[in-house]
Amino acid sequence: MAKHHIETTVNGDAVEFLCETEDTLLDVLRDTLNMTGSKEGCASGDCGACSVTLDGRLVCSCLVLGCEVAGRRIETIEGLAKGETLHPLQQKFLEHAALQCGICTPGFLVASKALLERSPDPSDHEIRFWLAGNLCRCTGYDKIVSAVKDAAATMRKG
Amino acid sequence: MRYEAPDSVEGAVALLSAANGEARVLAGGTDLLVQMRADMVDPELIVDIKKIAETRVVTEEKGGWRIGAAVTGAELKEHARLKKAWPGVVEAANLIGSTQVQGRATLGGNLCNGSPAADSVPALIAAGAVATLAGPQGRRDLPVEDVMLGPRKLALKKGEIVVSFLLPPRAARSSDAYLRFIPRTEMDIAVVGAGVSLSLDGAGTITAARVSLGAVAARILLVSEAAQAIIGSRLDEPAQRRLEAAARAVCRPIDDKRGTIEFRTDVAAVLARRAALIALDRARTS
Repeated sequence: MAKHHIETTVNGDAVEFLCETEDTLLDVLRDTLNMTGSKEGCASGDCGACSVTLDGRLVCSCLVLGCEVAGRRIETIEGLAKGETLHPLQQKFLEHAALQCGICTPGFLVASKALLERSPDPSDHEIRFWLAGNLCRCTGYDKIVSAVKDAAATMRKG
Repeated sequence: MRYEAPDSVEGAVALLSAANGEARVLAGGTDLLVQMRADMVDPELIVDIKKIAETRVVTEEKGGWRIGAAVTGAELKEHARLKKAWPGVVEAANLIGSTQVQGRATLGGNLCNGSPAADSVPALIAAGAVATLAGPQGRRDLPVEDVMLGPRKLALKKGEIVVSFLLPPRAARSSDAYLRFIPRTEMDIAVVGAGVSLSLDGAGTITAARVSLGAVAARILLVSEAAQAIIGSRLDEPAQRRLEAAARAVCRPIDDKRGTIEFRTDVAAVLARRAALIALDRARTS
């Protein structure tokens, strides 16, 4: 059957694309829109590397169909930095060395941003539970938690 | 593979009824998309029900609460009044998967996935929730404990969907709780789950109770013997022992790497008791 023609918004930009029913939002972002910041780790909703927000709600883009996003508002890792200026979370992940190979990092950043929008001063416990769906197999999580707390402090100062 | 997103219940039912090949309802997709990816299912038609307004809202009805089948766990968590009335139902829904999964996973999907280990289902059964179904013959209500017949086997007829759930009105001094056992702190499938809902009189005696156990049989069980074991008591030690014995007696679990028969049976008793104690504590202060 004919491909679906979808019009949506990604990082504030109007976007349109064609997709098959079985194409996930992650497939569309990476293979059609060439936005390869969102990573495919597990493709089953376990690792969080493909995290994006859909109408402000944190989701795994591997568990969303491309044809579901018509008229929705998608935010990806590509929307974090403003031009050459890194988002405070990106800056703090660098300063705290909260990454090694980097595959999980876009997902952690998108998920952490969603957390800080709801909870500007999260406890360690809150951060660890919120990020439990993001798996890192390199650094462990302590540096990531430190980076998120530091970024939160920076963002609270405005 | 066709994708349809009708904006009415009638539209969804018509599509599903007319399907020749395998048809699947898409709510949050956290099970369906994984199963499609794993080639466990290859539907000819996917019917996304999220554009149907009544599947996406939580509303008060007849003193109780109606929850749309496609309301997400994250939305339930943010609903302060629902959480106050039915903390066990909300905490059970919130145990499903990660933050990301919570952004998509739904009560309707959790039930219709047909897993005996579904976390929200024992809590719904303990709550006395009734599922409202819509099909080619119209609408009908079915207690949640009668929807799932066995692993991946539902009482739904061809073309029928779960539209919403109705939680009954809550009397004063009533509450509920859900507990599950998993080998880690988060993000796993229940080895055993236990939901308890109860009401107290002014003296603290249990006047009504419902107990449900998950992952200890081919379907999720409503254990009336366990409820009878504590009704009329204040959940003192002897009542707790009776509750544990009744829970143990109904368990017919599988034996696998995640839990032996003996272990699941023991844990079912422990969780039923602990969930009852939490529900009791909540009911006293509700």
